[in-house]
Amino acid sequence: MAWTRKILRINLTQGSCVSEPLNMAWAAQYLGQRGLASKYLVSEIDPLVDPLSPENKIIYATGPLTGTMASTGGRYSVVTKGPLTGVIACSNSGGFFGAELKFAGWDMIIVEGKSPTPVYLHIENELAELLPADDLWGTTVWATEATLKKRHQDPLLRVSSIGRAGENQVLFAAIVNDLHRAAGRSGVGAVMGSKNLKAIAVRGTRGVGNIADPKAFMAAATAGKKMLAENAVTGQGLPTYGTQVLMNVINEMGALPTRNHRDVEFEGARKISAEAMHEKRASDGRSHLVTNQACFGCTIACGRISRIDETHFSVETRPEYWGANGGLEYEAAWALGSANGVDDLEALQFANLLCNEDGMDPISFGATVGAVMELYDLGILSKEEIGLEVPFGSAAALCKLAEMTARGEGFGKILGQGSKRVCARYGRPELSMTVKGQEFPAYDGRALQGMGLAYATSNRGACHLRGYMVSSEVFGIPVKTDPRETEGKPEMLKAFQDATAVVDSSGLCVFTTFAWTMNDIQPQIQAACEGDWSQDSLLQMGERIWNLERDFNLAAGITGKDDTLPPRLLNEPCKTGGSKGMVAEIGKMLPVYYSARGWTADGVPTAATRARLGL
Amino acid sequence: MQKSLHIDPGKCTGCLQCEMACSYEHTGAFNPSRSLIKVFDFHHEGRKVPYTCTQCAEAWCLNACPVEAIKIDAATGAKVVLDAVCVGCKVCTIACPFGTINYSHETGKVQKCDLCGGEPACAEACPTDAITYIDSDWTGLERMRKWAQKTDSAARV
Repeated sequence: MAWTRKILRINLTQGSCVSEPLNMAWAAQYLGQRGLASKYLVSEIDPLVDPLSPENKIIYATGPLTGTMASTGGRYSVVTKGPLTGVIACSNSGGFFGAELKFAGWDMIIVEGKSPTPVYLHIENELAELLPADDLWGTTVWATEATLKKRHQDPLLRVSSIGRAGENQVLFAAIVNDLHRAAGRSGVGAVMGSKNLKAIAVRGTRGVGNIADPKAFMAAATAGKKMLAENAVTGQGLPTYGTQVLMNVINEMGALPTRNHRDVEFEGARKISAEAMHEKRASDGRSHLVTNQACFGCTIACGRISRIDETHFSVETRPEYWGANGGLEYEAAWALGSANGVDDLEALQFANLLCNEDGMDPISFGATVGAVMELYDLGILSKEEIGLEVPFGSAAALCKLAEMTARGEGFGKILGQGSKRVCARYGRPELSMTVKGQEFPAYDGRALQGMGLAYATSNRGACHLRGYMVSSEVFGIPVKTDPRETEGKPEMLKAFQDATAVVDSSGLCVFTTFAWTMNDIQPQIQAACEGDWSQDSLLQMGERIWNLERDFNLAAGITGKDDTLPPRLLNEPCKTGGSKGMVAEIGKMLPVYYSARGWTADGVPTAATRARLGL
Repeated sequence: MQKSLHIDPGKCTGCLQCEMACSYEHTGAFNPSRSLIKVFDFHHEGRKVPYTCTQCAEAWCLNACPVEAIKIDAATGAKVVLDAVCVGCKVCTIACPFGTINYSHETGKVQKCDLCGGEPACAEACPTDAITYIDSDWTGLERMRKWAQKTDSAARV
């Protein structure tokens, strides 16, 4: 079965914790995690609800493979209506929290209402209780975890919490577990903060023992691990260099958005690359990178643990930041670095630490800093308004703005509203590099046509993880396509989006798909779960999930007109490099995409499509 | 050949595949809380260290047991707890200097690594060879070889 068949429902208004059976008919249609939690959310909330009101709900969901020996089987997703975007938010995290929740006997937690005072949820197997968090409120993620482990005399407790950013309802606040793994995007941390829920601390000792066919499962999981080990990306590239290995590759293609997408090549890219993380510093003779680290059950281990130079201005008087800590991933290094022209690797690591410590999405934070720097560059924002000088490339400004935003101080309160609202506030909405209110990640939508379409159509706003066309357009996985070409991209994107929805609903990490195809994933799901989990039924499920999310978003007020990119990407050609002269040709691709999806010309799923998918 | 579990913390990524494999072998469930090998994360140093019973030749636990519930497996040299004999008095947990024998309130017995009868599931599951099961008389061989290689280059100058 792999499911625990139990949901924990928390009503914060009433202060109640109730166990209820998992809807197995829905599990057969939506598997788990992203799909199943989305089904619960759309069935239980009004799509027009204010995301930061008590009427919104927030769901923490595991997948059937979470807590098993399938490689990377430790993921959980947080699903809610996102305050940054106003559409469905689904943020996925690794670390150890998800597996622990499963070991405690819960497939998911549904949180509703709002607590009158700050609380945290403590779970020990079937026991769940809401406890006062007044003393935790105003403290960081890291302090919260340390305090809770001490209070419950349990060093094995796993904690998922918000820092001050979530409390202050920074619209890109993250939920952080295990110190530096995050459900990062769309502002899920702000929703937690709006409910006065500071943390979830869980200890599970029941384990996952109800695999449908244990022998077949162990064989499939072992075969999968062997493939990951033998693949160049998952077996060597990611463990050695992490995702940051992309920095030079993407820059050389002229696809690295720089200074709020003014440029597509960053002269400082090499200085903030994965290779630079391995180089020895002049100051102390040590490399930035200390080691790599795995999430629960992961045999890839792409995570970075790094150390900041103790003599750097950001930490020289703060020894608490001198230890080894969660290092830069590619998207964070890009957003904190290239997006605002900063090439100081120590400053990037420091800003990244603050994002982990106080729970902020480094992508949206860094990209919003990029917009602020452009507004400053144009003379629209002044030093007086911000409180400091913020020219492109300023490491000092980056570090200071990170502190101000996390703590809700001064201009940080405005910056914490995200790029869309900041640019609108100062009369230049077109300068916001966002889709549906969410900031772009680290690939230029002009240089990679398929990626441009992926951003325009992603159900949670601009995002690389809903349909990673980079895989094909850069790496040639599963087949190489020309990044300049628009032909064939809509159909390929649909296939990527549907397959990704399957992975995101299983408990596995999407990074496995550098090596695995559905041929390798399907046997693991089938062996673990009762029911028909053939490839056809899984892929149809992926499509069902995509359409379910789309229906919710349409009901929440978006239209096909929102499936677009900022004018800069549509009209201002890339200035240099391999992508020189290119713009994002969304107009060419979108009608084909809608048609491939079985949607009307306005981007609405037709009755026939809904019927085919059982919606 | 007598074999030992050999741990190289520098290779550990902290994935816990070993803890899942151990608990699956002994309980039939993936359940790190029942694993007999534990991975410790010293996060401020960026170090992960798997730790379990090293099967002492003069085992404190075995000598302390008042009911002779701990026996030596002749084939592997493992010190094995006989569940039918153990009375759960926990004296062995006091005697063991390393903390690698522990009481389980679920079974009312103590539990410790038994080398899975000669095919340790943790070593099998470890993706980075941080845990290996090798000749107990030559656990240092790989490390010696690495240093030996360095002396070789110096000698040629």
